[in-house]
Amino acid sequence: MSRTLTYREALREGLDEELARDPNVVLMGEEVAQYNGAYKVTEGLWKKWGDKRIVDTPISEAGFIGMGIGASMLGIRPVMELMFWSFHSVAFDQLVNNAACVRYMSGGLINCPIVMRGPANGGTGVGATHSHIPEGLFAAFPGLKVCAPATPADAKGLIKAAIRDNDPVYVMENTLLYGTVGEVPDPSEGDHVVPLGLADLKRVGSDISLIAHGRSVIHALAAAETLQAEHGISAEVLDLRSIRPLDVDAILATVRKTNRVVLVDESKPFGGVSAMVATLIQEHAFDYLDAPIKRVCTLDAPAIYSHHIEHLQLPNPSRIVEKVLTIK
Amino acid sequence: MSTAQLDSPRLDFAGSAVNRELTPERKIDLLRQMIRIRRFEQAALKYYNAGKMNGFLHLYIGQEAVATGTISLCGENDHVITAYRDHGHALAVGMDMNSCMAEMYGKQTGCSKGKGGSMHFFAPDKNYWGGHGIVGGQTPLGLGLAYGLKYLGREGCCLCYLGDGAVNQGAFHESLNLAALFDLPVIYVIENNGYSMGTSQKRSSAYRGCLAQRAEAYDMEWDVIDGSDLYEVRAKTHIAMERARKEHRPSILEISTYRYYGHSVADANAKKYRSPEEIENYKQNHDPITLFRKRLIQEGILTDEQADQISKEAAEEATAACRFADESPAPTIPDIMTDVYWETDNQTPASRIGHHFFND
Repeated sequence: MSRTLTYREALREGLDEELARDPNVVLMGEEVAQYNGAYKVTEGLWKKWGDKRIVDTPISEAGFIGMGIGASMLGIRPVMELMFWSFHSVAFDQLVNNAACVRYMSGGLINCPIVMRGPANGGTGVGATHSHIPEGLFAAFPGLKVCAPATPADAKGLIKAAIRDNDPVYVMENTLLYGTVGEVPDPSEGDHVVPLGLADLKRVGSDISLIAHGRSVIHALAAAETLQAEHGISAEVLDLRSIRPLDVDAILATVRKTNRVVLVDESKPFGGVSAMVATLIQEHAFDYLDAPIKRVCTLDAPAIYSHHIEHLQLPNPSRIVEKVLTIK
Repeated sequence: MSTAQLDSPRLDFAGSAVNRELTPERKIDLLRQMIRIRRFEQAALKYYNAGKMNGFLHLYIGQEAVATGTISLCGENDHVITAYRDHGHALAVGMDMNSCMAEMYGKQTGCSKGKGGSMHFFAPDKNYWGGHGIVGGQTPLGLGLAYGLKYLGREGCCLCYLGDGAVNQGAFHESLNLAALFDLPVIYVIENNGYSMGTSQKRSSAYRGCLAQRAEAYDMEWDVIDGSDLYEVRAKTHIAMERARKEHRPSILEISTYRYYGHSVADANAKKYRSPEEIENYKQNHDPITLFRKRLIQEGILTDEQADQISKEAAEEATAACRFADESPAPTIPDIMTDVYWETDNQTPASRIGHHFFND
C-alpha cells in the first residue's frame, strides 16, 4: 500500500516503532518531550510513552550526551537529539573520546549502542555557529558511524538501523528536509530498515555520475533533470545515504559506468566527505576516468547569514549544472 | 582539609556500624589490598624507569586508602569509574596484577590487550568502567552508569572518582546539575591530593570552605573525609552510598589524600611545587598503610611479622607480574584493526555492508 509521509513523520514513525520493539530505547534531548521537539520530530511521543522513555534534558550537551554514553555501557540504548548538530562542539570530548574510543581502549570489553541525531545543515539564516555540517568530521573517527538520509523512506529506515546497531551511530538530518514528502513503505508490508553502508542509486544515467548525500541528493536530482532537458546529458545520481560505513563498491561501479563524476557535498571542501570519495575514486578507478573529478561543495567560508546569498554558498542545482558543463 | 587540620586530633570511626561488622580476616584483607596497590606501583615505577613502558605513569602511592576503603563497600550492583590515576581502583575491584602490569607493558595479555595503557584499565565484569584520560571526561559517564542502574530498577550506585584538578571542568558541573535534577544514584569522590598537576588547590580553585561545598549550589549532600584513615573513609562513604541506593540522591565526598610522587613520573617539577617537609610529613604521619597497620596491631589482630609477610608476598606478586608482562607477546599489526566496532568484531550481517575501514 503506497502512502506518503514527511521526512519528519517518517523519522517519528521509525523512533516510535523502535520504542515499541525495545524497552531499553530512551529518547533524550532538549525539548524532545513536553515541548514536542524543537523541530517536532518527536511530537506526540512523550504523551504516548511517558517520562521514562522520552526525557527532556537541560541545555547541557556534554552532560546529557556523556550520561547517555555511560548508560549505554549498561545496555540502555539512548537516542539523543542535538537540537542542531552544530552544538556538537560543546560535547566534543564525549562524542569523540568516550563514544568513539572506549571500545578500543578497553580491548573490546565495552560497546556504546547510542544514537545521536539532529539536523546538520546550512541554509536557514542562522549564521555560522548554527550551520555546521560535520558528517565528514565525525566519519574521520574510527569507532563512529555516520549517515545522512535524503528522503523520508531513508530517514525512517536509517534511524531504525542506527538504533539497532551496537556501535555509536550519528544521524545527520536536515531542517530543510523535515517538511519534504515522499513514499514510505507501510508498516503492514514489514519492517522497513535501511542498512548502514548501503548507497542507493536514485537516478540511472549514462554520461556522468553525481554522487551526493543528504539534501545535496535532492539538488543533484534536480540538476540531472535540467541536464537532460536542456543539454541532453544523462546523469546518474548515487545517494551515499551512509558515510561510514561507506558503500565504496557502489561509488566505483557508477564511476566505471559513466567515466565522469561530480561530487556534491554540503561540507566545506577541505577534508570533507567528497574529499574522501575523490581519493577512493582516483585510487581504485583512475583508469576509468575520462575527466578529472570535480566537486560542488559549500563555498569555503563560515556560513553567511544574509538570506540574499546564503543559498548560493551551498550546493544548488544551478551550481551543479555549471560544474557538469565544465567537464569535457 | 589542610595539613594543620589533618594533624589535629581526629574522631575514631572504628566503632561505626560498617566497620564494627568487619571480621579480623576482612580487616587484614583490606590492609593487604592497600599494600598490594603500593607494591604493584613500586614495581611499575621500577620498570617504567627501566624503559619497559611507554607514555605516562600516574602513581597512586599515598592514596591507597581511598580506593580500598570506598570500593570495599561495593555490592553486586555498585559500579566504579575513575580518571587516569586508575591502578589502585583496578586492583581494589579485583583485577589481577598480571593483566594490569601487562597492559602497561603494552602486551596482548594486558587487560585492554595493550590498546589502552596505564590510564585505561577496564573490567566491566567487575563493574569497573575505566580508566579515563581526559580530566573530568569520566564524570558524565559515571552519571550515565547511575542513570542506567535507576532505569533498570537495580538498587545500586556509581562511585565516580575525580581529582581536585577536575572540579573546574565544565563537564563535571553539568554532571552535578543533572545528578541532582534527575535524582541519580551517583557519588562523586574528589580525591583531593592538593595539586592539579603542579598547581596547588589555592591557585586553581575558587571555593568557600572546601571543594565539596560546591554541592550546596546543586542542592546536594556533601562531606569531607580524611583519606589517611581507612575506617573514616568507609564510615562516611557508606552513608553516601546508602543515600544513593535507597533514595537515588547523589553526593559529593571530598577525601583528603596525598600523592608521594609527581602528577606523573614525567612530572619534572614534582619536588619544586611542594616542599620536602610537606612530603615527609605525609609519609611520616599520614601514610594510610602505616596507620592502618599500626591500628590492626593495636587491636591485637595482626603482628609485625604477619604484616611484613603480607608486604613480602605483595612484592613477590608484583615482581611476578612484571615477569609475566615481560614474557607476554606484543600485539600484532592485525590487532590494531580489532575492537574498533562491535559489529565488525562480531562479524554480524551489518558489518558486511559497506566499508568500515579505509586503509587501502
